[in-house]
Amino acid sequence: MSQDIAVLGVGMHPWGKWGRNFSEYGVYAAREALKDAGIPWQDVQFVSGAATMRCGYPGYVAGATIAQALGWQGAQVNTSYAACASGSQALAAARAKILAGECEVALVVGADTTPKGFLAPAKGYRPEDPDWLRFYLGITNPSYFALYARRRMDLYGDTEEDFGLVKIKNSENGFTNPNARYKKKFTMEEILNSAMVADPLRLLQICATSDGGAAMIVSSMEYAKRIGKANAVKVAAVSTVTPTFASAVVEMPDIATDSAAAAGVEAHSFRAALPKKAYEQAGIGPEDVSLAEVYDLSSALELDWYEDLMLCPRGEAAQLVREGTTKLGGRLPVNTSGGLACFGEAVPAQAIAQVCELTWQLRGQAGERQIANAKVGITANQGLFGHGSSVILKK
Amino acid sequence: MSNKPVQAAIEGWFTLDADTPHLIGACCDACGTYYFPKTLSFCKNPACDSTTFNEVELSRTGKIWSYTNACYKPPEPFVAEDPFVPYAIAAVELEKEKMIILGQVVKGVDVDQMKVGQTAELVLETLHEDDDAIKVTWKWQPQR
Repeated sequence: MSQDIAVLGVGMHPWGKWGRNFSEYGVYAAREALKDAGIPWQDVQFVSGAATMRCGYPGYVAGATIAQALGWQGAQVNTSYAACASGSQALAAARAKILAGECEVALVVGADTTPKGFLAPAKGYRPEDPDWLRFYLGITNPSYFALYARRRMDLYGDTEEDFGLVKIKNSENGFTNPNARYKKKFTMEEILNSAMVADPLRLLQICATSDGGAAMIVSSMEYAKRIGKANAVKVAAVSTVTPTFASAVVEMPDIATDSAAAAGVEAHSFRAALPKKAYEQAGIGPEDVSLAEVYDLSSALELDWYEDLMLCPRGEAAQLVREGTTKLGGRLPVNTSGGLACFGEAVPAQAIAQVCELTWQLRGQAGERQIANAKVGITANQGLFGHGSSVILKK
Repeated sequence: MSNKPVQAAIEGWFTLDADTPHLIGACCDACGTYYFPKTLSFCKNPACDSTTFNEVELSRTGKIWSYTNACYKPPEPFVAEDPFVPYAIAAVELEKEKMIILGQVVKGVDVDQMKVGQTAELVLETLHEDDDAIKVTWKWQPQR
């Protein structure tokens, strides 16, 4: 039996920083996706929302909040929270429900309004909470990104200029994207002169937080055929695997890794496990990939993803960006949307936004960002506490 | 210098010996998996159902897995000096325990004095002071 579901419609509210109610962005994106799908809201049978933790109780029940704002119509509802992978988990819930035959057409939606500055933990003296603890010890999100970046430099000989090339590429990609927040082509000089935040990462190489909303209308292949959309882009895989013990890379928010001291226990990399599962599910290999949308929480992290997605051998990612392989017009474009570099992160919407970009590219509707012959696209992201995801779309 | 008493910033996470401090971890009685912070409830090795642990002092030295610094003041609960003084951070891999532990690096050492693979030793240093005490924490001291 085919495990594919159809992407009938996608839509986004542009990313920015306005501080409006998150559900406004969600409703806007949902209406765009419905319009794109050409189906009325009343026909949606399941609403799968991605939660936001920074907008009070309505954010915890985002699926219902957005369904109410669209107008109650009796659909079943679900809300998922998985940090940066929330949007993918919401998509996974919709996919499971469709493949189980419990519904035919679903709305997947995520939206966020974010505070200014560093994301900070809940207050009080709470050393048993690793997220509280690491801030108390002075270890912020950029600290982790910088540890990964510095390790690349010492192990593989990557340079600050290599990380700068990633930022330049993404800023050029996002320049014409109407949904991007930052539309400015940066030069190497501007990047390398921006303030050092966590050596070797500078301000212009670290992702900001944004407001934004993204939505998809997905359905069974049967339903797509019935409404004349048998050729819709398909979701071929949604991987949301947890790490495997012993998880050997320091990940936010922990201050220590698992110990691999026990007999029979091996050290594993969490990031590499995510796309591996997606490739298995889809029956598609890295050699089939036309483009990728990856989580460039820092410019350097994009290079780690090239290797975790098996687009090149470990340690050789910088070569791809130096040769222009991953820019628009290259053999394997990455972050054609502009990535987090041009968007900033709107946590529950971001994983969905990645899938929106792949959809536009596979349909040939990406405007000036359009790449040639896009057939298969893959996303990858990671969040707190072992959450991450990888989604594969195919024509 | 302040005459305030010295206290652990986080009680029970490390010994307070001035010369040879240790992180206090746990080791599973059944499978030998180490924990920091110490776990004394259920073993996290999926192949082990043990609930018995021994409190252990972890190795005081390891190899630097990676390193960075903090050029901007982190948000609360971090307690910053005024004006803020940047500090370095290291992730250090302990050989026997086969795990990586993060921590600040001692004052006066920045990223240009570190390399992946370099040996680092655990020491105690002030994290911050409050009205009643000097709060110390573990920090990594890279070896030359």
